[in-house]
Amino acid sequence: MAEADFFIFIAVATLTAATPLLLAALGELVSERSGVLNLGVEGMMLVGASTGFAVAAGSQSLALAVLAAIAAGAVLSLLFGFLTLTCMANQVATGLALTIFGTGVSAYIGSGYTGSALEVAGPAGIAYLSEIPVLGPLMFSLEPLTYFAFLMLAGVWWFLQRSRAGLTLRAVGDAPEAAHANGLNVLRVRYLAVMFGGAMAGAGGAFLSVFYTPVWVENMTAGRGWIAIALVVFAAWKPTRVLFGALLFGGVTIVQFQVQGINLGIPTQFLSMLPYAATIVVLVVISSDRIKIGLSTPASLGVPFRR
Amino acid sequence: MPIRLEPRAAASRWVRYLAPVASALAAMIAGTLLFFFIGHDPAEAFYVFFVQPVSDLYGLGELFLKTAPILLCATGLAIGFRSNVWNIGAEGQLILGAICGGSLALAFDSVQGWWLLPAMFLAGGIGGMAWATVAAVLRVRFNANEILVTLMLTYIAGLFLSYLVYGPLRSPTGFNWPESTAFHGAARLPRLLDGTRMNAGILLALGVAVAAWVFVRFSYLSYQMEVGGKAVNAARYAGFGRNRMIWLGLLISGFCAGLAGVVEVAGTIGKLREVVSPGYGFAAIIVAYIGRLNPLAIILSSVLMALFFIGGEQAKVSLGVPSAITGIFQGTLLFFLLMSDLLVSYRLTWVGFASNSAEGGGAVDG
Repeated sequence: MAEADFFIFIAVATLTAATPLLLAALGELVSERSGVLNLGVEGMMLVGASTGFAVAAGSQSLALAVLAAIAAGAVLSLLFGFLTLTCMANQVATGLALTIFGTGVSAYIGSGYTGSALEVAGPAGIAYLSEIPVLGPLMFSLEPLTYFAFLMLAGVWWFLQRSRAGLTLRAVGDAPEAAHANGLNVLRVRYLAVMFGGAMAGAGGAFLSVFYTPVWVENMTAGRGWIAIALVVFAAWKPTRVLFGALLFGGVTIVQFQVQGINLGIPTQFLSMLPYAATIVVLVVISSDRIKIGLSTPASLGVPFRR
Repeated sequence: MPIRLEPRAAASRWVRYLAPVASALAAMIAGTLLFFFIGHDPAEAFYVFFVQPVSDLYGLGELFLKTAPILLCATGLAIGFRSNVWNIGAEGQLILGAICGGSLALAFDSVQGWWLLPAMFLAGGIGGMAWATVAAVLRVRFNANEILVTLMLTYIAGLFLSYLVYGPLRSPTGFNWPESTAFHGAARLPRLLDGTRMNAGILLALGVAVAAWVFVRFSYLSYQMEVGGKAVNAARYAGFGRNRMIWLGLLISGFCAGLAGVVEVAGTIGKLREVVSPGYGFAAIIVAYIGRLNPLAIILSSVLMALFFIGGEQAKVSLGVPSAITGIFQGTLLFFLLMSDLLVSYRLTWVGFASNSAEGGGAVDG
């Protein structure tokens, strides 16, 4: 039974570690499918994390904290949208500026809380169901935001593949001129997609600071925003594959913690490099098929649209 | 919208260079307003951030001390950006430069000689270049996005430095601080002015910037790189290989960032420690943009950015805000520039609300 327990522990930990990546990557995926490359995910996650932490510390309400983080991420992405969509600024440069800006904003918001911890009880679990062996802990005692992430995964898949609005969004991303000629409002679709990306990044940030490691530390996202962007490439812009990517990285993170725990004599810094090294490996593997990656990339990704 | 955008046939040169100046002023004003909104006296905040740090000789020395690494990184990045090579990991290449240059200083701990410092710079530059080489190989050979790869390499470089100063390079006499032994005299950059910490690093940086300007302005290679970045097909037709441009863009910027790393450890810090840069490599991206990718203009934007860093430190001491809020200033600065670029390349024409529907049809050509 001990082995089964260990397996369940690893699986739950992996799901939990994958949650912020899944949230942020789904948001970025929708934004990129509309043709907008937002490299500000790291900054939006950080602002979400600090806002969520501050609200949770002030109000003791975790739900309020998550909502505030979502709002904060959306507001930042609106700034990005104004610059890249209305002002037609270079998306790469604007995204980098947003990350640097967001890092500064989050440091300010969190400045009163550095090093302090939230009193957060672990996930309560769903009554009775969580007591089912194996399935109980695996499916019914996760963090609420983990369920939310899976709900969003299903929602984004349905939206993009099955809904008319999703078709509009894909049309805007692949052929903005044609979409415009057909009477679609390209900029409005892109604004909404960018804001969705910001909201999801904010939620991912709040998950980190409020549930995952309930403390505020400057730069606590540690590159997860960038890994989320890489995940979108890895997923070839398909929502279901984002899940595999997020689980893979969640798994790498957990393996790294476990190996640190059993002390094989490998310096911790080398283990901490694993997620970043894995990102590079994954990017190399997926990008080397130039034709396939070229076909999956939204055709107008990164190209400003002028009415 | 009642406003219509008309592309300008040619953006005026003056306006192109006036926009960054206006953006800098706007960012300073916006930053001061920000301090006002969070409850500080705006006049005091402005004084603390932009005036006080450089109001004496020591402060001016600090300004040029911080200008050096920023200028080195930004100059290299600008050459890459001109050719559309997005090296975002100058911070990581800076760290590798610090590691390579610093290790050399520690290895020759008992040897004094004039050659040590140049050797350190060479080692640091090659270290930064080697780090960028990883990204170049993966981009050219495997088509992996250089933005993401250089960033991931930055995190890896930081962890590697952390490993070194906690492990093999930790000073045996340092009371277990994660620091190396202090470099000896021959491995330190000479100070330029008594009463300040300013060192010869700024001379190196200025030299590199001027050399880069000559390269950009007069060399055929730089022209090829620019064409290769801006018009891939035209470049291919002319026989300028895109891959060669990617290699050059990454290697040059990596080398310069590596030099910046050595300037930091051989100049300001004097040893290896866990953190050797407060984000100069990232700020350099903004600096390159504000300087319009022109190495001479970048000298000025580097000084401005150095002022932002010093202002942030001063604000931490005097106003009790975290020094990381300098990031807000940096981001705002680039936001304003990107916004003003709309006015540089387009003419805004007021067409009025009434004629909106009629004119709207005419503007659809875009």
